[in-house]
Parts: sequence; structure tokens; C-alpha cells
Amino acid sequence: MAAKKKITKTTLPKTPTGIIGLDEITLGGLPKGRPTLICGGAGAGKTLFAIEFVVRGAMEYGEPGVIVTFEEKAEDLQMNVASLGYDLKKMQKDGMIRMDFVHIDRSEIEETGEYDLSGLFIRLNHAIDAIGAKRVVLDTIENLFGGLTNEGILRAELRRLFAWLKEKGVTAMITAEKGDGTLTRHGLEEYVSDCVILLDHRVIDQISTRRLRVVKYRGSEHGTNEYPFLIDEDGISVLPITSLQLDNKVSSQRISSGIAGMDQMLDGNGYFRGSSILVSGTAGTGKTSIAATFADAACRRKERVLYFAFEESPAQIIRNMGSIGLSLQQHVDAGLLHFHASRPTLYGLEMHLVTIHKKITELKPRIVILDPITNLITAGLMPEVKSILIRLIDFLQSNQITVMFTALNLNTIVNEQTDEGVSSLVDTWITIKYIETNAERNRGLYIMKSRGMKHSNKVREFVISDDGLDLVDVYNGPDGILTGSAREAQQVSEATGAEMRKYSLGRKDKQIDRKRKALESKIASLHEEFDTIQDELSQTYIEEDLRKEIMEKNRHQLSQKQSNGKRKN
Amino acid sequence: MQKKEEQQLNSRPSAPKVEFVLRLFVTGASPNSVRAIANLKELCEEYLPGQYSLEVIDVYQEASVAQQEQIVALPLLIKKSPFPERRMIGDLSDTDKVLKGLGLKAH
Repeated sequence: MAAKKKITKTTLPKTPTGIIGLDEITLGGLPKGRPTLICGGAGAGKTLFAIEFVVRGAMEYGEPGVIVTFEEKAEDLQMNVASLGYDLKKMQKDGMIRMDFVHIDRSEIEETGEYDLSGLFIRLNHAIDAIGAKRVVLDTIENLFGGLTNEGILRAELRRLFAWLKEKGVTAMITAEKGDGTLTRHGLEEYVSDCVILLDHRVIDQISTRRLRVVKYRGSEHGTNEYPFLIDEDGISVLPITSLQLDNKVSSQRISSGIAGMDQMLDGNGYFRGSSILVSGTAGTGKTSIAATFADAACRRKERVLYFAFEESPAQIIRNMGSIGLSLQQHVDAGLLHFHASRPTLYGLEMHLVTIHKKITELKPRIVILDPITNLITAGLMPEVKSILIRLIDFLQSNQITVMFTALNLNTIVNEQTDEGVSSLVDTWITIKYIETNAERNRGLYIMKSRGMKHSNKVREFVISDDGLDLVDVYNGPDGILTGSAREAQQVSEATGAEMRKYSLGRKDKQIDRKRKALESKIASLHEEFDTIQDELSQTYIEEDLRKEIMEKNRHQLSQKQSNGKRKN
Repeated sequence: MQKKEEQQLNSRPSAPKVEFVLRLFVTGASPNSVRAIANLKELCEEYLPGQYSLEVIDVYQEASVAQQEQIVALPLLIKKSPFPERRMIGDLSDTDKVLKGLGLKAH
């Protein structure tokens, strides 16, 4: 038998960028010791991307880096990135970063014959060797095309430059402006072909979203989707739509919903920890009340809750929930309940997601509430909302955080699909709908689904009172489903009926008792009669026997007398 | 090490005393560099006899000078004086352009 050869998968060595999310998409970072091309339109964030690559390399991975700019002066760049908290000056002083501004202006230069770009090579080499750089950024090298006219020389030299960078073993990032129908204006992708990342900045419905896509990555797997990314005060964060694996830890611990009736419907124990719960319903069905009750219950267990309000201000929620007997203020004061209120239209969805991410990372809550997610639609398109929610749920589940969403159903007919289409993502889905009968509306609550537990299939009436929330069994009788006052009336009439039945039963019992007694006395007299007859009968028998005996005796005596007389004769 | 060649010739008394300060940056003995040095010397001898000082610098030896002088393309000729400063890149084979650059010929 031939020896089995173990196929060893040699993975491409990679350099982590340190940019949040990018290393996940590229499964580890950029190709080590090779150039990577970052292309995109004006304002797409190319420069920042490149700078962050070097800065994070220096700060987090101890890899010194060289930044060669062709556009901005070193001082300008320093100022620009200072707003992100990067102190390039200090890092330069520490020898972790070296910056070089390459200025080239066609009007100042006369081309008088053959030349090459050795000057640039020498500068770069000098800078790399001076600090032992592992990372190099060339931003934007295409500016050379503006400064020098001989494109033939330029192209040959760029090819040589990239080959030289590879040879030098530095991980380089080259930025380039996006061209018309091509990735870069001057076709740099021809030379830098190991890894190409495209940045994009789109405005849809007046809300801008930045996106990133790994166009190619030789010798490595990578996420191929467009990933939204953000630039905020902490730099760039790329948000993978979903992590590539579905391997979140699961907990079988159960947590109470805060409503006894609800826990009962959910196999008697409530929700799973780390699961996602959707509460949907039409306007005014008490979705926020359910969410607040859940939050209250968690706070009572001394768990931290983060409440994202997209509709009401925290003060408003606290006041309103006071009317159903929930005192949320005490939890806020105790530091257990945190509110974060923002208008959905304040910024784009991605920004919302990042804010949520950040807040969660900062506060580390056990429970997160988003009330309501429906309002996010105003900030983005439906598929985007969905993708945001997928990523959010993914993020929360990987952190074992229980999340409750509330969603508004726009029409009164309960759809099998919520407007956000998140139903397939959530573990437990509770729907509340109005049941309209006898000129009144009552809330009917049922559980559409609840993964991994036996849950009630009943529609139950959801009652909001001064003392909180409760679930009451609806009356399901010959007249159909009764709720509200009809149910109460039915309950009263049933109670009356029961009383009446009890009374009539008692009367019947007595009658039967009497009858039994009468029958029993009858039976006794019959017995007596029978005994008398039997007595009489036995009397007759005895008399008969006696008579027989006597007659027999007499006959015997007679015959004896006859025989004695004969002998005497 | 700096490869320096300074040539100073006696100027003719009649000519106006305008000193041309020229610096030529080259990369070792590359063909372009060798050509540039030869071309420049020839040109200076012809048009600026005795009125110029020329410094030839090998950037390979003086790497830090590349950043200071904003050098990208080589060979590079910088006319430091007379004002204005001019920069010419290439092997200086286009005499017409070099003369224009030096201000010896009208544009």
C-alpha cells in the first residue's frame, strides 16, 4: 500500500493590518512582504486606510513603517490624522515611523533626456533601512504621472519599484485613484497584483455609506462581499456582514421574561440566555412594555441592561413605564440600566451599528434591547437593515448577550413576515395583535416560534394593568374566542351556572335518598311476609310428618295384635 | 564619499560676472549618469566657459541628500544660481532644453 501523503496546506504568510474587521475578511491580513493596492475614488478613505495600516503596525505589532506621500505634506498629514488620536510626530521621534513627502511639479522640471526614478528608490531604501521598516505606504504614487511626462519610463520604473519592494520584503500598501471603468486611473493593478482592495463611498437617499471589497487576493481565501466600513474618532472599522463561521457558543441557561404568564408559555422557564427575541405587533400593543418588563426583571437579577431607544427619550420611557408599576429610574441610578437614545435619521445605518457595537463593548451588558428596529428603516433600505441586524445578532450571540428587538407591524393583519425579515434570524418571536370584538379591542399574544423549547400554541390575552403585565387564558368556547369584557362576562355566567348546578344536584340527591329509604322499607316488609309464608309451610310439613309417623305406629301395633290373637287360638 | 569635481576656469574680463552654480546628482556610473556628466561638461565649456561651478553628487553615497533635495528622478541638474532655481532631469542630451533651463536661451 502506498504511503499516504499528508497534504499540508501552506498558508500564505500574512501581516495583520490591525484595522478592525479587515483582518477577519482577509483571514489574517495582507500578504506579508508583498505590495497591496488600495484603490478608490476621491474621499473614499484611501489615505487614512494606509496611514492606519502603518500606525497600527507600529503601535500594536511593533513593526516600524515608512509613509511616503506624494500628495500631502508630512505636516498636513500629521494634522489630519491627529484628529484620530495618532501622534505621528511622537512616533517619528520614537523611530517607529518615518515620513517622506515626495514633491514633484511638472512646471519646475525640465526633462532633458533619459532618466529613471533611482532617486525615489534611494530615498525609500534609506528610510526603510533607517528604522528597519516592515511596512511601507506609498500615497498616492500615481501623482508621479502628473509630474513626469514620459509614461514609458514611468511604467517601467513602477514595475521595477514593486519588484524591488517585494525583494526588500516589506509589506507595502499603494494607494491609487479609481479610474473610469478601471480600478486605477493609470492601470497600476497591472503591476500590483497580489492583493487589491477597492474602497467606495456611496450616497443613497442622502445617507452615505463607505464600502470595502477585496477584489483579489492571490493565494488566499478572502471574503468577497462588499463590507461597509466606518471612519470615526477611533479610525477605520470594517464590519464583516457575518463572521465566516456559525459556531457561536450556546447557553442552555434560561432567563425570565419578567412576566409569569410568558415564562409559562415558554416551557415554564422563559428565554434562553444569549438568544434573540423579537416582539412584533401593531401600534400600541405594548411592545415597549414587554421590553421594559424584561429589562426590569434583568435589573432585579443584578444584570446590566443596555436599552437603545429609537423612538422615545429615556425620560419618556421611564415616565411611561411608571404607569404600569415599573420603576426603571432606580435601576438607572444603580447603574444597571443604561439608555442610549438616538434618532434613526441622525446618521446612516452603519454608524448606528458601530455606535451599538461600541456601546456594547464599553458597557458589556448581559441584555440589550432595541426599541424599535422598525424606525431604522427610515435611515436605510430594507436589505441594509436586514444585513445590519444579521451582523448585530451575530455579534451579540458571539458575546452571549440576550437581545430583544421590538418591531412594528405596519398593517393590522399579522404578517407571517415582519417588515424587516428578521424572523428567520431570531430565536423567539412573540407577536401581539388586536382582537376586535363587541366594540372593544383586546390584545392577543402568541408565540410564533421559540427555538429549542416546548412553547404554548395558545393565543393568550395580554393584559396591561397598573401592576404590570400579565397573560390571561382567552375563553375559547362554542361562541368562539372571547376576550376582554366578553371573556369576563362569560366567566361570570360560567360561575353562576356552576352554582346553579351545584344546587340542583343537591336536591336530586335528597330525592334519591328518600326513594332508597322507601324501597328499603318495602324490601324489609317483603322479607317478613316471606318468612311467615315459609313458617306456615314448614308447619304443614311437620304436621304431615307427625301424622305419617303416627299412622305408621298405629299400623304396626295393629298388625302385632292380629298375629298374637292367632297363636292364642 | 562625495565625488566632487569642481572646475573653475579663469573668466574673460569682458564677460559679465555671472556665476552659475550647478549641482548634478547622479547614480554612480550608470549609463544615464555618465552621459549626463559628459553632456553637461561639454555644454558648460561651450556656453559658460569660466563662469560656472559644478558639483557632481553621487546620490548612492549621499542617501540623505535625496530627501533634502526632493530628488525623485535621476540624473538631476539643479541650477542654484542665478535665480530662479531650475531643475532638469535626464541625461541632458536635449541641449536646447538644457539651455532654456539654464536661462541661456529664450523660451
